[in-house]
Amino acid sequence: MTLALIDISLRLGEAAPLFSPLTLTVRPGEIATVMGPSGIGKSTLLDGIGGHLDAGFTLTGRVLLEGKDIAGLPAEARRIGLMFQDAVLFPHLSVGDNLAFGLARSVRGRAARRAAVTAALGLAGLSGLYDRDPATLSGGQRARAALMRTLLAEPRALLLDEPFSKLDAALRSEMRDFTFAHIRLRNIPALMVTHDPADAEATGGPVVDLGSFPVRSGRA
Amino acid sequence: MNRATRDGKILRGGVLTVVLAAIVLPILGGLWETGRAGFGVLPAIGATELSLAPWRALATMPGIATSLRLSLTTGLGATALSLLLAVGFCAAVHGRMSRRSSGRMLTPFLAAPHAALAIGLLFLISPSGWIARALAPLAGWDRPPMLTTGNDPWGLALILGLMVKEVPFLLLVILSALSQIPVRAHLTAGRSLGYGRGLVWIKVIMPQVWPLIRLPVMVVLAYSLSVVDMALILGPSNPPTLAVMLLRLFSAPDITQILPASAGALLQGVGVALCFVGILALERLGRVIGLWWIRRGGRGVSAEPGLLLATGLTMLLMALGTLAMASLLVWSLAWRWPWPMLLPDSWSLRAWGTPGTGWARALTTTIVLALASTAAALVLAIAWLEGEDRARSARARWAEALIYLPLLVPQIAFLYGLNVVFLRIGLSGGLVAVIWAQALFVFPYVMIALSDPWRALDPRLARVAGSLGAGPWRRLFAVKLPVLLTPLLTAAAIGVAVSVAQYLPTLFMGAGRIATLTTEAVTLSSSSDRRITGVYATLQAGLPFAAYAAAFMIPALVHRNRRALSGEAAG
Repeated sequence: MTLALIDISLRLGEAAPLFSPLTLTVRPGEIATVMGPSGIGKSTLLDGIGGHLDAGFTLTGRVLLEGKDIAGLPAEARRIGLMFQDAVLFPHLSVGDNLAFGLARSVRGRAARRAAVTAALGLAGLSGLYDRDPATLSGGQRARAALMRTLLAEPRALLLDEPFSKLDAALRSEMRDFTFAHIRLRNIPALMVTHDPADAEATGGPVVDLGSFPVRSGRA
Repeated sequence: MNRATRDGKILRGGVLTVVLAAIVLPILGGLWETGRAGFGVLPAIGATELSLAPWRALATMPGIATSLRLSLTTGLGATALSLLLAVGFCAAVHGRMSRRSSGRMLTPFLAAPHAALAIGLLFLISPSGWIARALAPLAGWDRPPMLTTGNDPWGLALILGLMVKEVPFLLLVILSALSQIPVRAHLTAGRSLGYGRGLVWIKVIMPQVWPLIRLPVMVVLAYSLSVVDMALILGPSNPPTLAVMLLRLFSAPDITQILPASAGALLQGVGVALCFVGILALERLGRVIGLWWIRRGGRGVSAEPGLLLATGLTMLLMALGTLAMASLLVWSLAWRWPWPMLLPDSWSLRAWGTPGTGWARALTTTIVLALASTAAALVLAIAWLEGEDRARSARARWAEALIYLPLLVPQIAFLYGLNVVFLRIGLSGGLVAVIWAQALFVFPYVMIALSDPWRALDPRLARVAGSLGAGPWRRLFAVKLPVLLTPLLTAAAIGVAVSVAQYLPTLFMGAGRIATLTTEAVTLSSSSDRRITGVYATLQAGLPFAAYAAAFMIPALVHRNRRALSGEAAG
C-alpha cells in the first residue's frame, strides 16, 4: 500500500491556492512529515486527503492509494484513519465501546468482536478498562485508546494532525514511539502534520515544508 | 461567608419563595381542585359527596373512546414526526448554515401564535384555498372540489398544523444543543472510521444531543397531546380530541358537566404522564439496542436518502407555514375573489375599517396582558439569574425542572381547578387573574431564553466593575443589564409571543369577559366571514412580529456605536 499525492493544491472558493502544488509519495510503513507556518493549510491538506473538507474548499490534483484515485470518494469509503491533537473519544460510549465502534465489520460474532477489543486494550496498556468512562482516562491513555480505535478500523493509510502536541514532554516521546511502532507493524503509509522538529526527526521519513514552497499571493 | 454570597442567598431565597407561591402553588392548587371535582367534590355547584360518578359519566360520553384515540394519535404522531424531521434536517444542513441565518429563518415560525397559523393553514388547505386554486387548472376543476381537507376525522390537518409550529421549535432546540457538542470533530472521527454521515449522526451525535433536548421534547409532547386552540380550528369536530371535548363540557350550559369534565382533565394529565414514562422507557430500550448496534460495528446502512427526505419535508412545512401566514393578510384585504384566481379580483380595507366595534379593544387588551405578564416574568427571571450569580452557584437539576413544570403539565388539567382557587380568593374574571395565569407560561420561556446569554456574559466585566468600587446593584444595572440588552429584549419578545398566543388561560381565568385577539380569532375561525377572521388572525400574528422587530431594532439603535455589542457577541 502506497499513498501518492500528485499536484495537490487546495483553495477556498475562488481565492488563490493555499500552497503550490504538492507531490509526495509515502511508502508502506513510512511516515512522511508536513511542516510549515500556522495558517498555511496543513490541517486543510489532511482534511482534503481524508475527505473532510469544509464546504467552500476544493482540492485539485490526485490522491492515489494503492494506485487508485480516491479523491472523489466520500470520507467513509476512503478507509483513511485520522489522529487529532485531542483523542476525540465519544463521550457517550465506554472506552471499550469506543474501540468496538472502530473495529472493522469483518470481525464477526459477538465473542470474536469482544475478544478483538480486549486484545487491543491490552496492546494499549488499558487492560481491564473496557467499561471505563473515557473522561476519566489520563491524557496518555486517551491518546492510546484513540490510536487503537483508529487501527481497529483497518485503515489503508493514516493521517496524523499534530497528534502529540497536547501531551507533556515525557509522554510525548513515549506516545511517539508507540504510534510509529504500530504504523510500521501494520505496514501502512502515514502522513503527519507537526510543528515539532523532533517529531519529524523521529519518523526517519521524508519531510516537506509547505512554507518553503513559493506561495502565490493571498492565503485564506 | 462573605456579604456578597449572603446577599445572594437572601435574593435566591426570595426568588424561590415567589416562584413557589406564584407558579408552583397555583399549579398544584389547580390540580388539587380539578382532582376533587373529578371525584365529585365541587362545593361551588353544590356537589359535596366523594364519588366515582363523574368517571362513570365520562366513560359513557358518546365518542369518548374516539376522542382519546384521536388525542393519542395526533399528539404522538405530531411529536414523533416533528422530531424525526428536525433531527434529519439538522444532520443534513449542519455546518452549511450559520446559527445566525438559521435563527433568522426560524424566528417568524416561533413568533407566530398557534391559532393564527392554524387559521392560515385552514384557509390554505381548504377547497377554496390557494392549494386547490393552484391545482385547479391541472386537475380540470371548474369549482372548488368537494373534499374535507381541514377538520378531517383522522386529525391529519391537526398533525400538520402542530408540525408547522413544532419543527421550527425543535430545530432551534437541537441547534442550540449542537453548539455544546464538538460535532465537526466527531463527524470527522466517525467518517474516518468508515461510517457515513447519517450513521455518525445516529450512532454518535444523537445520543449526545438527546439528554440536552429531552425536556423540550417532553414539552412538545405534552402540548401536542392536550392542545386546544389548534385542535378547535384544524382538528376533527365530532368527536373532537379529548382536550376539545373537555373544553365543551367545561363550558356547557349544564354546570354539572363540570364534574365529568374534571375527571377527563385528570385523565388528560395522567395520559401525558404515562406518555412521559413511555419516552423514558423508550430511551432505556434505545440505549440497549443502540449499544448492541454500535458493538456490531455495521457501516452498511446509508441514511442519506432519509436525510434528504427530512430536509425536503421540512422545507415544505416552512413553505406551508409562510403561505398560511400570507393567506391571512390576503383574505383580510380581499373583496371579490372568484375561484380559481390566485389573487383577489378587487381589494378592500372594509374589514379593517371598523376598529371601534371590534378589533381595537381586543388589540388593546392583548397588548396590556402581554406587557404585564412579560414584565413580571422578566423581573423574576433577572432576579433568579442575578441570585445565581451572587450566590456563585450553578443551577440545581430540580430548579431546572421547576422552570419547565408549567410547560409539562397539560393546561386543561389544572386551569379549571386554578379558576376555582382564584374564585375563592376573589380574583377570577379580572385582568389580574389572566395576567397571572399567562405569566405561568411566559416565565419558563423567558427564563430559558435568557439563561444561556446570561451565563455567557464575560464574568470579568462585573469583576472589573467591582474592583472600581461598584456595588452589586450598580454592577447589575450599570454593567450587566445594558450589556445584555439584546438578549433581554429577545426574551421579552418571546414572552410577548407566548402571552399573545395563550387561549385557554385567557378563556378560563377571564370567565369569558376578557376578549383578546386570540380568543376572538379562535371563535371567529368557525364563522364564514374570512375577511374578519383574517383581520384578527393577522393582528394576532403581527403583534409578536412587531415585538421581535423591536427586539432587533432597539439594540441596533442604542448600540450603533458599540461594535462589540452589535453582533452576535451580545447574544
